[in-house]
Amino acid sequence: MAALLIARKDIRQRLRDRSAYLWGIVAPLGLATIFSLLFAPIAGNALDVRFAVADQDGGETARIFVEQVLRPLGEQGILKEVREVGSADEARQLAADAEVDAAFVIPAGFSGAAQGGGASAIEVVANVDSPIAGQVAQSVAGQFVGEINAVGTALGTYFTLVGRAPEPGEAEALVPEAMAVPAPSGLDEVAAASKELSADTYYSAAMAILFVFLTVQFGVLGLLEEKENGTMGRLLAAPISRRAVVAGKALTSFILGVVSMAVLVAGTTLLLGASWGNSWGVAILVLAAVIAAMGIMFVVAAFARTAEQAGNLQAIIGFVLAMLGGSFFPISQVGGFIAKLSLITPHAWFLRGLGDLAAGGGVGTVFPAALYIALFGLVTGGLAQFRIGKVLAP
Amino acid sequence: MERRLVLEAKGLRKAFKDLVAVKDVSFHIAEGETYGLLGPNGAGKTTTINMVIGLLERDAGDVLVDGREIRTTSTDAKAAIGFVPQDIAIYPDLTARENLVFFGHLYGLTGKPLAARVDEVLETIGLKERAKDRSGEFSGGMKRRLNIGIGLLHKPRLLMLDEPTVGVDPQSRNAILESVEQLSAAGMAVLYTTHYMEEAERLCDRVGIIDEGSIKAEGTRAELVRLVGEKDKVRLTASGHLAGALPALRAVAGVVEATAGEENLELLVDEADRALAAILAAAAGAGISVHSVDVDEPNLEAVFLHLTGKALRD
Repeated sequence: MAALLIARKDIRQRLRDRSAYLWGIVAPLGLATIFSLLFAPIAGNALDVRFAVADQDGGETARIFVEQVLRPLGEQGILKEVREVGSADEARQLAADAEVDAAFVIPAGFSGAAQGGGASAIEVVANVDSPIAGQVAQSVAGQFVGEINAVGTALGTYFTLVGRAPEPGEAEALVPEAMAVPAPSGLDEVAAASKELSADTYYSAAMAILFVFLTVQFGVLGLLEEKENGTMGRLLAAPISRRAVVAGKALTSFILGVVSMAVLVAGTTLLLGASWGNSWGVAILVLAAVIAAMGIMFVVAAFARTAEQAGNLQAIIGFVLAMLGGSFFPISQVGGFIAKLSLITPHAWFLRGLGDLAAGGGVGTVFPAALYIALFGLVTGGLAQFRIGKVLAP
Repeated sequence: MERRLVLEAKGLRKAFKDLVAVKDVSFHIAEGETYGLLGPNGAGKTTTINMVIGLLERDAGDVLVDGREIRTTSTDAKAAIGFVPQDIAIYPDLTARENLVFFGHLYGLTGKPLAARVDEVLETIGLKERAKDRSGEFSGGMKRRLNIGIGLLHKPRLLMLDEPTVGVDPQSRNAILESVEQLSAAGMAVLYTTHYMEEAERLCDRVGIIDEGSIKAEGTRAELVRLVGEKDKVRLTASGHLAGALPALRAVAGVVEATAGEENLELLVDEADRALAAILAAAAGAGISVHSVDVDEPNLEAVFLHLTGKALRD
């Protein structure tokens, strides 16, 4: 009962000084919007790149590359533009002038070489200011050439097995057929792609968990503020237990954290089109994240000398954990030790849990992530209880 | 009729590492009594108060309020205590009324009784017109009054005021002292700490002189004065044969010494207020015309100086 009274008083104060609105809603929503605007073009499926292609060969294999590989990429919107030009020089010039990001030049004799086993190569010319587009072009050409080589190898093997040389024109006729045969094994990218959060959702979630670590301070830090204001003495002199004072502050943090996260989930869904996934799963992750933030906040409150010092410490810890946990950049893509280290943060697990939901998982899929996040808060908060007594002094 | 004891503090001791802040402090306060702890800054007043109200765990000793032990872990027993800390302890973002309602709730007051009591206290502390204003916008004196109002809201049996007039303007100070006098008259036991001698003399029925963590002496002002052997001085501005009146004046009960000047007589008296009528009668009997009377009673400042060898405001 006393804890409820203290929490109600604290929340009234926080709403009145508007700090809760600023840190809990305005700042994270604003940053999520900025981040998603900045990174959506990179993180999405569409590539903002333009290619040119000059077919100097005109053969069957070259036509397949232009018509069945490049052209569909443009038509499906995966590439911004695929421009077919008449000469190699024109293609190279377009790339040099940054009219396109990269150009493919298919040399004369390419198809013949592909069918006859000779040597030929697709030339890729990238604009110097578009290194990523150049890499994409290299990858596309490399993939196609690899496939040609595989078909060539397959045909060579076939004619070796049947014990005769191909008739004139026979190999040329067999190449398109061979290329049309479905590959016996492949890579199913559906699961990986669907587990990847859209930029809007990713940065909405990232900012939400970053700022919940700052929002919860308005409850727990109240312990230090009460001490500095002299009102702690009044609370301790009142006929209530000391635990009720701590519980009241914890309750304030919990309510502010949950409400702020809930508003952000709803706000980013409506305003940014974020897709958070299964509501119950999101709710469990949100509750766990708030507990984790409270745990850290209790540690800070237990060791800091003043409310100001605690606020600064909490901000530093919040931002370091957020950076390590991938709130600003998907750290898991860096790989190696840093990617593994990021998994000590609740942030990384929170985003991972949301990824599981985005993959279509039900509420149960978030349990491992939620369990780790909540345990993080309970362990840190539990450790803080050994020192919190020093704050409960007049 | 003997008044019932509200506070009994026995053998209180508190050390902070090697520094013994309070040692073997004992005192008691009855209902309707105002007890003053008089001592300079750092004498141990606030530490004593903090132990008495259960803010600070004591190393030794006992505290009973209304017969119930007070410790830091006590809850219900603390409801008998009202606490007014030395520093202003209010929530500046809340209005005067909201501050009072919040603390009223903590002390178990609810609904209409709480609302009525809040109105009553706002009236008492003179903030009824400003009840809906945020306390952060108040003047220093108004904040002080609200600080005191919170302490009396739940009508405690024992009210602790820890130097409530520090930094207060004379007008607010007088209002605070008047409030304390009224509360005491209404039967509340009051523990008042101060380093202002005049306040202790005005308010307190009994005073404990505290210095370096221990109570050096305790009693009414008169008892303390007697304890250190100080006498009242009575000066009569008079005409007539002054030296001739000295034997008659020395014969008055309570007069220890009498001397004559050209236009005045000076007497050292045990208790001037009791002896004054007899002194004037003796002077008249000796043919002396008395034009004016000045009584100079020894104050607690002098007592404190005598007991500790230092001034109260050192």
